[in-house]
Amino acid sequence: MSAYTSKEALKEVEALGARQASIYVYEAPVRLWHWVNALAMTVLAVTGWFIASPLPSVPGEASANFLMGTIRFVHFAAGYVLAIGFLGRIYWAFVGNRHARQIFYVPVWDAQWWREIVFEAKWYAFLERDPKKYVGHNPLAHFAMFSVFVTTTVFMIVTGFALYAEGTGMDSWQYALFGWVIALFGDTYSIHTWHHVGMWVLVIFVMVHVYAAIREDIMSRQTMISTMVNGLRSYKDDQP
Amino acid sequence: MGQRLETFYDVIRRRGVSRRSFLKFCSLTAASLGLGPTMAARMAEAMETKPRIPVIWLHGLECTCCTESFIRSAHPLVADVLLSMISLDYDDTIMAAAGHQAEAILDETLKEHYGNYILAVEGNPPLAEDGVFCIPGGEPFVNKLKRMSAGASAVIAWGSCASWGCVQAAKPNPTQATPIHKVITDKPVIKVPGCPPIAEVMTGVVTYMLTFGTLPELDRQGRPKMFYSQRIHDKCYRRPHFDAGQFVEEWDDEGARKGYCLYKMGCKGPTTYNACSSVQWNEGVSWPVKSGHGCLGCSEEDFWDKGSFYSRLETIEGFGVEGTADEIGIAAAGAVGAGIAAHAAASAVKRIVQKPTTHDRRPQDGSGTGDHA
Repeated sequence: MSAYTSKEALKEVEALGARQASIYVYEAPVRLWHWVNALAMTVLAVTGWFIASPLPSVPGEASANFLMGTIRFVHFAAGYVLAIGFLGRIYWAFVGNRHARQIFYVPVWDAQWWREIVFEAKWYAFLERDPKKYVGHNPLAHFAMFSVFVTTTVFMIVTGFALYAEGTGMDSWQYALFGWVIALFGDTYSIHTWHHVGMWVLVIFVMVHVYAAIREDIMSRQTMISTMVNGLRSYKDDQP
Repeated sequence: MGQRLETFYDVIRRRGVSRRSFLKFCSLTAASLGLGPTMAARMAEAMETKPRIPVIWLHGLECTCCTESFIRSAHPLVADVLLSMISLDYDDTIMAAAGHQAEAILDETLKEHYGNYILAVEGNPPLAEDGVFCIPGGEPFVNKLKRMSAGASAVIAWGSCASWGCVQAAKPNPTQATPIHKVITDKPVIKVPGCPPIAEVMTGVVTYMLTFGTLPELDRQGRPKMFYSQRIHDKCYRRPHFDAGQFVEEWDDEGARKGYCLYKMGCKGPTTYNACSSVQWNEGVSWPVKSGHGCLGCSEEDFWDKGSFYSRLETIEGFGVEGTADEIGIAAAGAVGAGIAAHAAASAVKRIVQKPTTHDRRPQDGSGTGDHA
């Protein structure tokens, strides 16, 4: 057997006989946002946890320590990154390709879309032998992206800034923009509680999201994980 | 009560100040404020003509802790407020009149000072069963409240009872105790929450209204911004320990002795809007956190229904058992994690047992003998 060179590899690829076509789905700003957002969410969840349940007390003078202050600063900074990133993502929904718009609305009026949600649910329930091909999110993923990820993220940004406005005070722009949330909940203790609930919703979303992405990368007919790295959706077969 | 409202000048004269001294006071005040020579006369005229505002103080479903707090005001001294600044025409707890004589004052006020008096309400009306659970003076309190609010220029809700409902409105609220802004909907209601409110905050609100003749600036929930715009946490003297990450972990630990932050003991300071940490209580002697116990959040809405005073998270009902957001979240994440593991296992089994199909890449395993066309 000869050495495995590019010549050898080309023979293999030719033997495949497939049109190795791929579609540019996720443009660079979407991919960049995805990973920045993932990092921000991770930082927010961890620091948020330690704000609510602080680490054991540090020894020494209060003036010599700023642990809680640092954790809160990181939380707020990551919150700004997430919020500004989300605004940028919304902007890109307007100027980017059609796939950049997908997660911001759901075509509830489309009967075919609902049928394919049922199909995808059956695929995940092992009731369908073979999956369908999709370019963007499949309808079930699309539904989850909108109803869980986008809405919860908006909720977390709004409640997060309302809580942040407590510290910046009633003269701040944060209070001017988000102070109504405090009045809506009645008191900020409740906002803290629901901010926690939102965090757990997102943690569970991330668990399912990561699992589904890995599983689909293996079992579906298109690439998944690499698509969010290089933007290209490639297909494993030429069948319809 | 006389037909004509007593002015500040009348009160000053009644307290033994001569007219000569009064005019001297006006001149001196005008001079010390750097005002022009005509201002002394204008000040004197204002003092002579500005009437003391009548105040009607009603008591509904409550514990009188607001009155107990109010009469301990030091700056201004409550005696000055009652005897010089306002004309407290009716307050069944501290007034001399009783029975029909007392109740007659209400009718008289409605007739004489319609649209010109301040209605201060301590406690709230229970609405269930046509209000029979609170009948002061033989009349359901809700009726009395509506009757007296009709002619008031402004309404002050003293304490958490009048502002939010407080303990008597706690679940399941059998008497349907209702905060007064839900009963009085046609007038501005100034909420001065707290259980009780701080004495100086109460007299401060009254003083402001008398001095400027307007309502103090209110926040979105109707509380005076000057006392309720910041949290206990924002002005807490233990805040440096919070920022440093130094907490009381147990009631009798080293941190408690050193006066560390009470955050982990469930202090509600970070979510409570009140002036305790700056004004303090009993002429600045102390306040809850200063005496080593966390804030209960008594000036916040529904504070009694939000779970333990010693927890950082409220309990959420409706999950069969009550739990905090974190307990529910951890349980849900655990369940989803187990589900994912089971699903992954089932997926692996499917992949092993399911025969390769035409769209499956697996036959192209590098041997070059795949069944692709």
